[in-house]
Amino acid sequence: MQSAVNPIKPSIVEINGLRKSFGSNEVLKGIDLHVQPGEVIAIIGKSGSGKSTLLRCINGLEVFQAGTLSVDNKPLLHDNAQAMRALRQRVGMIFQGFNLFPHLTVGKNVMLAPKLVKQQAAEAGIAQARKLLTRVGLAEKFDAWPDQLSGGQQQRVAIARALAMEPAVLLCDEITSALDPELVGEVLRVVESLAEEGMTLLMVTHEMSFARKVSDRVIFMHQGRVHEMGPPNELFGNPQTPELKQFLSSLHD
Amino acid sequence: MVEFSVWDILRNLLGAAQWTVYLSLIAFIGGGIVGLLLLILRLSKARGADTFVGGYVQLFQGTPLLMQLFLAYFGIALFGINTSAWVAASVALTLYTSAFLTEIWRGCVAAIPKGQWEASSSLALSFGEQLRHIVLPQAIKIAIPPTVGFLVQVIKGTALASVIGFIELTKAGTMISNATFKPFVVYSCVALMYFVLCFPVSLYAKSLERKMNAVRR
Repeated sequence: MQSAVNPIKPSIVEINGLRKSFGSNEVLKGIDLHVQPGEVIAIIGKSGSGKSTLLRCINGLEVFQAGTLSVDNKPLLHDNAQAMRALRQRVGMIFQGFNLFPHLTVGKNVMLAPKLVKQQAAEAGIAQARKLLTRVGLAEKFDAWPDQLSGGQQQRVAIARALAMEPAVLLCDEITSALDPELVGEVLRVVESLAEEGMTLLMVTHEMSFARKVSDRVIFMHQGRVHEMGPPNELFGNPQTPELKQFLSSLHD
Repeated sequence: MVEFSVWDILRNLLGAAQWTVYLSLIAFIGGGIVGLLLLILRLSKARGADTFVGGYVQLFQGTPLLMQLFLAYFGIALFGINTSAWVAASVALTLYTSAFLTEIWRGCVAAIPKGQWEASSSLALSFGEQLRHIVLPQAIKIAIPPTVGFLVQVIKGTALASVIGFIELTKAGTMISNATFKPFVVYSCVALMYFVLCFPVSLYAKSLERKMNAVRR
């Protein structure tokens, strides 16, 4: 339905003509987005601009009405459980509210999905979980329960849990918004290290200085469309549209 | 005239009480299985499942158990199947219990935050894996008090099976009081036996609740 796009480099995430409505309210009005492997993308915009919805479409948490979406050449087909399972193994997601499984220890939170979905052996799972928890600075918390951890620690466990599936793309949905200010840094440092290691990241964020520092490309969404897009220095330093100017200036109030 | 001692009364009631226990067990187990299947059907979001299960629940919640027993007893016979009071009571109590349990459990599952479904979906877990490993283990903990509370209701509800001629505790009580002309003594014994059946169940629920809270989730 949309004109075929032939990117020079193969994209890891390909979104063409994506439209999404909640009832009669259209929240995404035709999104085209191609993400290169290893690219770090920050999505900014007012609440209600559709940025979280766009992110949630990428791993099928939201069903969209028109357009196509594929990750790592795996098309998103809502009605096909097999295809959804294949796609979701390539896409990790981290949430604002952490969403750790409260009835499982930290280690089991990390090991559960690889065990069930990838039939990972027990010893391999333990070794991987310990490695990932060390990476996010929580090696000693393997046997702890989620409610014994601070928000920042819980979010880092959530990152380790997502990484355990070895995703090609990581979606971060306002992952520091529910944290006390002094805990934001520890989570952002982990995300930054992932970016440096070449992980493809799409993050909805309100941390503008972080977006500016880490991202390769910033997307400003407004009323369900990609309103402005470009490298962070350009977008923050020289905004082209009045909407973006207004949005950026409102952050300094 | 033959004299009946209290012991005679108790001995006969005890014999009948075992049928109350069997009927209760059938209602618990049968109702639990059917209720769980209905719950899974509803959660699977299969087309029409929610309407069907919702209607099923309304039907059994909106009519008296007594009518359900009558309808099961006389209704099954309409299809030319020879039913005993035993089969009719089992069927009616199983359906009745399943309707209440599926609705109680649906509320417990709904109490699990949406984020748990979303996080487990994002990790590529299938619907069955989500239920088994994420949602049900958390829902069971919330479900214990209301479930056991309802099961106590079911034990007492089996008394209604006496109206279709099923000889359990209440029916036996009526028969013995007719024979002995000591209704007050007999029905006191009957009430006591119901209490002896129900009280341990409530007690067990309390200890189970405590245990599950102690062993961290």
